Amino acid sequence: MSLAANLRVVRALGLRSVRQTFRRPQLMAPILVFPTLLLAIQTGGAGSAVELPGFPPVQSFLQFMLAGAMMQSLMLAGNSGGIALAVDIEMGFTDRLFAAPIPRYAIVLGRLAGTAALGLFAALWFLAIGLTFGAEIHSGVPGALIAIVLVTATAMAVGGLGAAIALRSGSASVVQGLFPLVLVVLFLSTAFFPENLMIEPAKTIAAYNPLSFIVEGIRNPIIAEVDATDLLYAVLAIAGIVLLGLALSASALRHRLRAG
Amino acid sequence: MPAIVVEGLERAFDEVLAVQGVDLKVDEGEIYGFLGPNGAGKTTTVRMLTTLLLPTGGRASVAGHDVAREGRQVRASIGVALQEAALDPLMTGRELIRLQATLQGLPSAEGRRRADGLLERVGLTEAADRRVGGYSGGMQRRLDLAAALVHEPRVLFLDEPTTGLDPVSRKTIWEEVRALNDEGTTVFLTTQYLEEADQLADNVGIIDNGRIVAEGTPKSLKAEMGNPHVQLTLEEGSIAVAEEACAKIGKLLPPVDGKTIMVEVANGAADIPRVVRALDDAGIEVGSLELVQPTLDDVFVAKTGYHLPQEDEEGSEREAVEA
Repeated sequence: MSLAANLRVVRALGLRSVRQTFRRPQLMAPILVFPTLLLAIQTGGAGSAVELPGFPPVQSFLQFMLAGAMMQSLMLAGNSGGIALAVDIEMGFTDRLFAAPIPRYAIVLGRLAGTAALGLFAALWFLAIGLTFGAEIHSGVPGALIAIVLVTATAMAVGGLGAAIALRSGSASVVQGLFPLVLVVLFLSTAFFPENLMIEPAKTIAAYNPLSFIVEGIRNPIIAEVDATDLLYAVLAIAGIVLLGLALSASALRHRLRAG
Repeated sequence: MPAIVVEGLERAFDEVLAVQGVDLKVDEGEIYGFLGPNGAGKTTTVRMLTTLLLPTGGRASVAGHDVAREGRQVRASIGVALQEAALDPLMTGRELIRLQATLQGLPSAEGRRRADGLLERVGLTEAADRRVGGYSGGMQRRLDLAAALVHEPRVLFLDEPTTGLDPVSRKTIWEEVRALNDEGTTVFLTTQYLEEADQLADNVGIIDNGRIVAEGTPKSLKAEMGNPHVQLTLEEGSIAVAEEACAKIGKLLPPVDGKTIMVEVANGAADIPRVVRALDDAGIEVGSLELVQPTLDDVFVAKTGYHLPQEDEEGSEREAVEA
């Protein structure tokens, strides 16, 4: 098949992935409902945290928290994408895809395209919530675009990890079992609190947690002027996760075809 | 050129050899029935032929392409409807067939056109925009079949297409398979239903424990079995005594359920009175008795030593005689 035909396959599988999420409320809830509720609870209950000495200069706690909410949403989108792929494997739907004359990587890319689309949706949703409730995007439209692109790309990167685990395990319950781990990794980053106000060992873990680099890359244009260094670190962290996810997915795909 | 050639095909799962040196050949335009019980190696063989699983030994080609080295070309030539229709319950029928058309590389407009035509062909036009999760089992199998046909494949693999279906839905699938075959499509059909293989297949391969144990046309395989047999159940009396009495008339066949006795008779219906007399002399009261012409089940029993599960209804070859 031509490149155009392969791209049509990725697009079609991505669209199916998005439809699947919207048609299955249990997949949609973690992506939008939980992070929105957490955002509301945290900004309502801990808004005065911005007055702590050393807290980064922000217009409001909501403005600070938007990046964390987006990060939580996209992490859970990646996890939900993995669950959906595992369900496909369990019910035999992936056999339909494997029996088609398409490159096998298109199956993973289709799933990731769908997860990226959900990431885009999450970014727009939380930016809309932020703007509605008075948070400013400090860097304006370019800053918002940077945040949107980073969130979308990170959703795809995290989706790659979810897809790899789904392909390796073939079990939705295994992927679902990672849900708490996703939250632990997230809370051990700077998603919800500045690194300089954390205590050890969380502070050191957050300092090296790749999610912290991504969160700061998303947060920076929202609360300040765009910082090229923060942006570069975020892009490198996303690229690392993308490569890791694709390598693990490719290995899991090969294993699945060998093992049946 | 044969549509499918398989030579010494093997598949091992750790220490277990699920398929052990299968050889078979399917000609263009043929319906090949691949018959065997659960766990015999049917699905593993089909998964290798459809490139879903790599063989661990031997070789196979489908539509002229090697399944291990030319997977993409094989997949472009085949349609596959796997066991337990692999359908997404959240998609609509139309969405599924259009997705399948895209997977087969058809342009969007052509995919839409073929989807509409196939939905009409399998009688699902009205249900096309409903979610598949709401379809009956028969509708799901018809949709799965339609999806497998969207690119007009040369070879169609149907893995137990009627398992679990009611008789009406089963016959609808059979009619569609026959029609496809009439149009020139080669069909590789796995089934655990004897009647299905008998009704549809030009050639039958029987697989047991990963090995082909018999192959030929249904007619030739049944002819190999030679004599018909009398099948009877007892109203009263010991089954062991009845078996001893019947053994004087002809060879006893392996028991089906511990309540039924089957004895081969050389002279067909003419031997029934002898069987009845022998049982009467032994003090056995017969509940029912029927003369059964050789069936694929007999072939299966002769080759493997046990029976395949039977469908609810049997073929027309039986002549029942109520005692």
